[in-house]
Formats: sequence, C-alpha cells, structure tokens
Amino acid sequence: MANPAPTPAMESFQTVRTADANANPARLKADGVNVFYGEKQALFDVSIDIPEKSVSAFIGPSGCGKSTFLRCINRMNDSIEGCRVTGDITLDGENLYDARLDVVELRARIGMVFQKPNPFPKSIFENVAYGPKIHGLARDKTDLEEIVVSSLKKAGLFEEVKDRLHAPGTGLSGGQQQRLCIARAIAVGPEVILMDEPCSALDPIATAIIEELIDELRENYTIVIVTHSMQQAARVSQKTAFFHLGKLIEEGPTEGIFTNPREKRTQDYITGRIG
Amino acid sequence: MTDITAPSVTFADPDRMAALRRRRYAADLRLRFYGIAAICTAIGLLGILVTTLVIGGYSAFTQTHIRVAFDISEDLVDRGDPAQGRWRTVVSDAIEEMFTGVEGADMRAAGQILTNNTQFIVRDAVLRNPGVIGSTLVLEIPAADPYDQLNKGVINRDLPESRRRLNDGQIALWDVLVEQGRVSRPFNWALFFNADSRFPELAGLAGAITGSFYALLVCFVISFPVGIAAAVYLEEFAPRNRLTDIVEVNINNLAAVPSIVFGLLGLAVFLQTFGLPRSAPLVGGLVLALMTLPTIIIVTRASLKAVPPSIREAALGMGASRHQVIMHHVLPLALPGILTGTIIGLAQALGETAPLLLIGMNAFITSPPGGVMEASTALPTQIFIWADSPERGFVARTSAGILVLLGFLITMNAVAIFLRQHLQRTW
Repeated sequence: MANPAPTPAMESFQTVRTADANANPARLKADGVNVFYGEKQALFDVSIDIPEKSVSAFIGPSGCGKSTFLRCINRMNDSIEGCRVTGDITLDGENLYDARLDVVELRARIGMVFQKPNPFPKSIFENVAYGPKIHGLARDKTDLEEIVVSSLKKAGLFEEVKDRLHAPGTGLSGGQQQRLCIARAIAVGPEVILMDEPCSALDPIATAIIEELIDELRENYTIVIVTHSMQQAARVSQKTAFFHLGKLIEEGPTEGIFTNPREKRTQDYITGRIG
Repeated sequence: MTDITAPSVTFADPDRMAALRRRRYAADLRLRFYGIAAICTAIGLLGILVTTLVIGGYSAFTQTHIRVAFDISEDLVDRGDPAQGRWRTVVSDAIEEMFTGVEGADMRAAGQILTNNTQFIVRDAVLRNPGVIGSTLVLEIPAADPYDQLNKGVINRDLPESRRRLNDGQIALWDVLVEQGRVSRPFNWALFFNADSRFPELAGLAGAITGSFYALLVCFVISFPVGIAAAVYLEEFAPRNRLTDIVEVNINNLAAVPSIVFGLLGLAVFLQTFGLPRSAPLVGGLVLALMTLPTIIIVTRASLKAVPPSIREAALGMGASRHQVIMHHVLPLALPGILTGTIIGLAQALGETAPLLLIGMNAFITSPPGGVMEASTALPTQIFIWADSPERGFVARTSAGILVLLGFLITMNAVAIFLRQHLQRTW
C-alpha cells in the first residue's frame, strides 16, 4: 500500500480516515457533533462510526475533547450546566438527542465505567444488584442473584469475592473496585460500554487484568475506551481515533494508526512530540 | 564579570540568617501561645459560669421534708366522700400534736412551717389509698421555703433578729422538729415531677419540660421535612439564576435575624391572623420552626455538596433517574451531616427565650400541658419567670433550672456527635 508522507496541518480541517475492511458493522454513529461549554467550543464537527463488538480507543493529549465526546454518547453531559450538543449521535438509526428519547433507558443500553473506581458505599451484592433493581430486570430474588453472580463472573471478580458478597464494595482493592464497576455496568445488559480512562488510577498488574477483561468483553459488547496510554490503546483496541484540540484528527484501524499514521499531528503524538 | 553559573547569593551573612531564623521561631511560639491563652480564657469563663450555677443551684436539688403523722379520723373525713373532708382541720390537728408540750408555742407560726398546700397533699394521698381513713397516715411533707432555707443554712442564725427572715420563736419551733427527728433532706424529685407553683418548695419543671418537648416536636415535624425539601431543591434542581440567588441570600440572612423578630411575627401571624391559642406549644413550635429552618437548609445544602460527585455520576451512569440518585445515594450519604445540623438547630431552639415571651409562653401555669394546644411554659421561659420571683427558694431554683436546661443541651449535642461518628460512611 502506498503510504503518503504525513500531511502538514491544514487550515480547513478534514478528518483523515482509513477504512477497515475487516471491521464489524457500525450501529453507533456520530455525525457532525459539536459541543459547547457556554461560549467555549470543546468539540468541532466530530464524525465517527463505532463498529459493534469490538474495542474503539480514543486517544489524545489532555483537554483534547476525547472524554467530552465519550460522555456525549450516553448523555452524561446533560447534567453539566451550560453544556450544549449539536449534531447527531445515533444508535441503530435512532437519534440519542431526540427530545422524545428516554435518557434513563438510554443509559441502561449504554453503560459507563469511570476514571476513578466509584462503587456505591454499599455491599458488593447491592452494587451489582442496583441497576437490575431500578430497571426492573429481575422478576424475583433468585433472578436477581443469578444476574449478580453472572455479572461478577463476566467481570472476572466472582472467584475473589464469592465468600463476601455482603461486605462493603468500598473495602476492595482499586483494581477489584474497578472490576466491580464493570460488573455493575454489565448487570443491566448494555449494548455499549463506555470506559473513561478506566485504568488511570490502577497499578500495572490491576491494569493488565482489566485489559484482559476488556479483550474478553468485546465478544459481547461494543466498547469505547478513552485512554492516556498509547500502549493500552495499541494492546486492547481494534479501532483508534486521535483527538487534538477538540478535533478528530485521524481515525482508522489501530495497527495502521500506530505503525503508519497519515497525519503529521498523529505521528507527533504517538512518537511523543506533542502531548 | 557576571556568569550565569555563579551563585546568585553573594551577600550571605550567617549571623543575619541565624537571627532571622530565631525571629521566625519566636513568632511561631507566640502564635501558639496566643491560641493556648484564648482557649484557656474560654474554658475559664465556662468554668466560672458552671461553678456559679452549681454553687447557686445545688441546694435546689434537695428539699427539706418533715415527717408528720396525720390522724385521719372518720369524724373529719367521710368514707363515702373523702374529697369533701375537713382537711384543714386534719392538718392543724397534726401540727398541734407535733408541738404538744412545747412551751409558748405560737400556733400561728407553727401552722406556716409545713408548705401551704399540705391539706391538698394529705387529701390526694388519702384519695389514692382510702383504706387509711380511720387510722393514722404518716407523710413526708415539704417544709415551707423559709424553713427550707434555714435547714440548708442559707438563713444565718447569728444575724440579729430584725435582719432575719425568721424570728427567734420560729427558729425555736424548728429546733423542736429537728430534735424530734422529723426533718430530712432527700433528693428533690418534685423539681422534675411538679409543675410551677407560687411556693418555691413545690415548684418544679415538669410543665416547662413537657412544654419544651411539645414545642420542639412541632418545630422538628415542620422544619425537618420542609428544610430538607427546600435544600434538596435548591442544591439539586434549581437553575442558577437571579431568582435563586435572591432566595439563597435571603435564607442566609434569615439565619441572622434576631429571634425577637420571629416572636413578633408569630404574635402577628399565628395569634392575630390565624387565631391560634396564646401560650400554646403549637405556636411556640411554629415560631421556633421558622427560626430553625434556615439553619437546617444551610446545613443540609452543605452536606449534599459534600457528597462526592463520583457517586452521583455512578448512579446517573447506571440509568438512575434524578430522583433515584438523590433518594438512593445522595441523601443517605448526607444524612449524618443533616441530622447533626438538625439536632444542633433544635438545641438552639430549645434555649430560645425571646420569641416565646412574645407569644405568652411565660404565663403562670400550674399543670403540665396535655397537648400542643394547651397553655404551657417552656424551659427557658420558666427560668425567666423564676429569675423574676423574689422568694429565696426561687433563686436556687433558677440556677437549678439553668443546669437542667444545660443538661438537655449537652445531651442533644452528645447525640449529634454520636450520630456523626456512627452513621458516617466512607467511600
């Protein structure tokens, strides 16, 4: 494949896209998304397709808008005052910013795992059971227990906590807490899981366990992960999108981005020249 | 020649630097000393206050009693209708018997040694136990205030007669009783179980404690839910605009409004406009609720703010509605703080006097209220009434009342600290 030399930054901006023939079909699509915090514009015209049942990574330096974009996908920005979103984000063709759309239902379909592990100050069982309870996913107690156990198993935490399901979730180690949060997100049966720098507060061993878990989860879930660590993006994702100063600079198959970036800023970032 | 690698300090003077360090250490020491001095002053003043109260009030926690044998003869008390018995005669007969053989006993003076209400005390005792009619009933009767004071040593026997509350004859009568071994000084339960009275030896705080309890109950029932609802709305739902800013500023100002203004408001609104009964704990509670509301709102908002945003995000991210986020996660986590603030607010309300004076809770009422609509006093107003009374016995009772009030306040604050320590969860 002929690879052109990295192009210089253009004044009129165009995302560089590399198509991936092997990618799964995309059900989650963003088209021309702009985000404003009051007067300040944080995202400029972001368009991207997220392939289902694979891991997409958003990378970029601090303040580049990758987390902002991630939080647009399950409308977590709604609770921020003065935040305005324009453009379309669609899941199966349904616009997530439609006024008729039920945010509560949306967040059951698009779960989220945060940067800092944030289990509720309740028992491990209650943490996982909370989502199914409020969404009415369990008919009775045995049903609920089944959901909790299977979610904990999927998150790879069950073996470690099966003897103390009723101990407080806040008593677990950082990595265990983060897996508890993943189990909690899985428990409501989402289609998409958003992860906002899920390993940035963890040690390398806990990080490795989570990365392995993410790799397993992509069989069943569409995962979008924001990360500061380029190695992590390279290890876990199939698709990578590079953000810089609120713009989506380049997106494409992970391998291509890291070995053959077509845009100069992407290359500068992954070689450590900007960041 | 300047060189960028040369040390930038060229005039270092070790002596000067050492002197500077010494001055800094001296300043540290002074600062610490000021702090210790301030705390010692505060503790010292508190100590003086409590000591004065204890010295003035401890005597009110005991009461001089005289053991008297009453002959409940059937001539004077009819078995069929004991309430209509000639109780005054029963009492005067008993007194006469106590002083038989005492030379020159002044029966008029002797009749005033027992408390003025002795006949009713005897009557009530017989009504409770009608079987004693026809036999002798022995009772411990409180001594009248001057003799109580004499027994406690407040009245000095060595003063010349003209400057004494009791004359030589009265003291002689008293000494007869002491000789007969009738005088005792047990713990003064009447202080807690009697309502107010004109006679210090009978006056107690039962009415005031009940009144304060009802008033605080009303205050809590109104200010707790309203305060929390207002705080939750302002903190979680209200948009930030000029209107909510004005509301916020006014709530903060309301917390600083002098309490007597709330009393005037209660007088004008609750009594004049709504026609609620005067002196009722209901009105007192409403006024106190108005005063406590700003405190509760401010404390609740602070507690809600202290709940980490990560918990809110976690719940929101799970698809919890705003209501669920607040009810399931934020409020339970904020509750220890809210309860602490509420209890401290109520403790403040318990000690509030001025607004209760204006709505008439300083009336003279001799029975505890049976409900929130009945006239009553409250602890601080009872203290106010007693402090105004000239009898020697009330002076000690005023201090004793203050000690009881302080006891309640300390208990409430201790509960607040306990709740804070034991309900607080970590995350």
